[in-house]
Amino acid sequence: MTPGQIALRALIVGFIVSFAIITGFAYTTLLERKVLARLQHRVGPNRAGYIPLPRRGGGPERKLLAGFLQPAADAVKLFFKEDMTPGKVDRITYTLAPMITVMPAIILLAVIPWAGEITIFGAEFTPYFAIAPGLNVAVLFLLAITSISVYGVVLAGWASNSKYAILGGIRASAQMISYELALGLTVLIPIMLADSMNLGDIVAAQANGWFVFRQPLAAIVFFIGMMAELQRAPFDLLEAEQELSAGFNVEYSGMRFGMFFMAEYMKMIIFSAIIVVLFFGGYRGPFVDQLPGLGFLYMILKIIFFLFMMIWIRASFPRFRYDQLMGLGWKRLLPISVFNFIIVAVFIVLQEEGVFDSLLKLLGVG
Amino acid sequence: MENNPVLIEYLPIAVLIGIALFFAVLLPVLSLNLGPKPKENARSKMIPYESGIVAIGEAQRRLPVKFYRIAVLFILFDVDIILLVPWAVTFRKLGLYGLAVMGIFMVLFILGDIWVWKKGILEWE
Repeated sequence: MTPGQIALRALIVGFIVSFAIITGFAYTTLLERKVLARLQHRVGPNRAGYIPLPRRGGGPERKLLAGFLQPAADAVKLFFKEDMTPGKVDRITYTLAPMITVMPAIILLAVIPWAGEITIFGAEFTPYFAIAPGLNVAVLFLLAITSISVYGVVLAGWASNSKYAILGGIRASAQMISYELALGLTVLIPIMLADSMNLGDIVAAQANGWFVFRQPLAAIVFFIGMMAELQRAPFDLLEAEQELSAGFNVEYSGMRFGMFFMAEYMKMIIFSAIIVVLFFGGYRGPFVDQLPGLGFLYMILKIIFFLFMMIWIRASFPRFRYDQLMGLGWKRLLPISVFNFIIVAVFIVLQEEGVFDSLLKLLGVG
Repeated sequence: MENNPVLIEYLPIAVLIGIALFFAVLLPVLSLNLGPKPKENARSKMIPYESGIVAIGEAQRRLPVKFYRIAVLFILFDVDIILLVPWAVTFRKLGLYGLAVMGIFMVLFILGDIWVWKKGILEWE
């Protein structure tokens, strides 16, 4: 293909995937509110948009899909709210911060493989379906872009010129960079097992067994690090309501406030996709080789599973204290991931060099 | 560019950055234009929010040094980890020699970690 065709394809697929992820963000908020409500014996949002069902006898009113238009109502409300800039803020940084937060969340979409090799309307996607399928440093790209979103949070906190916002921003940055170490070390393990940094190759290497079964510890550390990176409960120190009222976004209003939430929920979806790709077989599943379109379905089901897990954890665990949070990151997860990395590296090299074979021969087994 | 396959791989990412910029500009512009305009005399709205109490002093003041310590440590360790990434891709080809070299590096890494720990830099009081 010529560069022009590649750019056009990227433009079309990029817009479709971005709109899909923005819709996904809207419905993740609804999923979170509904699931949290159910876990707390409430009903959750049920007024905006429902299909009325006929009453059974003299029973109560029955609704189908109660609340499925709630995200649309929220979006309209956010757009039509007064979007004001407080007086003491640093105007340029204040305007740029929500943009810097949202952009990495969309750029991260580039390398995620959504399905196997398929053809849509004559456009072939090989070796797998993604916006930038050929990138061979995909894992490094993910780490790099993830780090950029720290800037958005810090700059939002600093530019707001409010004590709550600054404390929230500085807390968030220290937390994110602490857990990024464990995250960066754990990401190396799928790379080593698959012998490639290309996410498609990593998925293909899991055809005979997901990496979570070979490296459960790495998957657990990645999941914890991912939740800390996403600022999800129990790691949502930056927006501890009792201490900071709302954290770094306290001075924002209107859709610029909504953009921080948009980035958070979009990154929830994308990080679920990343953990699925790295440890849970990506788009692979039964019969996926016969019917490549099925890969989409598997991928989305696995992502929804992880979203549900994160919401469930939020409902179940209390928030960390800040010293506990730092202790967990630096004194537990970092050593665990360092030693896990060393053990995996030593075992793979010894196996490749045939040391185990000769040992078994020496023992008279092989 | 047509003869450079590496650059072509990055072309979709450049396009996606454009799309991200489009959304990042569109949302604030829509929000600023659709919502009601703030009134000129709304002075109490313009002061920093501090739960209804009038703010004392500036907010952008000096911060505890422990946050900077964490940032410096992060840079040190993160550079180490980035150095491991290319090794993790090629370590099967490097074999025992690569393992030995990286072993020396990891020993230094762990010694540094232990030193930091023993110094009490990781304590958060």
